[in-house]
Amino acid sequence: MKFSILVSEGPYTHEAADTAYNFTKAALEKGHEIFRIFFYHDGVNNGTRLATPPQDDRNIVNRWSTLAQEHDIDLVLCVAAAQRRGIADADEARRNGKDADNMAPGFRISGLGQLIEAGIEADRLITFGD
Amino acid sequence: MSKRFLYVNRKAPYGTIYALESLEVVLIGAAFEQDVSLAFLDDGVFQLTRGQQTDELGVKNFSPTYKALGDYDVNKIYVERESLEARGLTLDDLLPLTYEDEDDDWAEKDSIKLVSAAELAEIMEAQDVVLSF
Repeated sequence: MKFSILVSEGPYTHEAADTAYNFTKAALEKGHEIFRIFFYHDGVNNGTRLATPPQDDRNIVNRWSTLAQEHDIDLVLCVAAAQRRGIADADEARRNGKDADNMAPGFRISGLGQLIEAGIEADRLITFGD
Repeated sequence: MSKRFLYVNRKAPYGTIYALESLEVVLIGAAFEQDVSLAFLDDGVFQLTRGQQTDELGVKNFSPTYKALGDYDVNKIYVERESLEARGLTLDDLLPLTYEDEDDDWAEKDSIKLVSAAELAEIMEAQDVVLSF
């Protein structure tokens, strides 16, 4: 089956990021396809490479980056949500006159149309959040 | 082939950003020519109330945007009766959301339909994609 995933809560504050990750891993192990993982609301905070959790805790951001690299997963941060919350790639930072960017490897920033497309293209769109 | 999209709105308009960012998805999604419905239940029914006044909150009152939904061909707006009644509200407390029916000589019609929780469950069952905010 082809799944799309929506993550709508931030890492550590909320378990949604962990559950979405565990679901994605399990789905891939069972041979399912992940069309896209879309991050919205505070979910965009899953994509900052400046996150520095304690060493004895899981690193949620790095975990996503590794997953994207190993399984060629499309990780998309909503541009409007990311702008509000200060998540930017190099292009976004330049365009908005910021002095730094912070998007983690394996992610990309794009529009909400990518979420709609994820719903259209997948057999199931699964939301992880409240 | 278009899919049936239902946007479920369960939270109050202010206090959290979910209602505003849900509306942003609906407006973008309208360009994809899918079969779109909206549901308002729990505190989500407050999103459609008339006379919202946010000056003291220091946040933008985005409720006028709901009135534009009809122009985006978003005209199936379901409000759960039980949620409305539990909050002491009636249809008269809600924004008059309308659309022009192109199949009926552009007659102006109400977009809001009051439905029971059981009816809403059936509506949800009939969808391809349910996005809950």
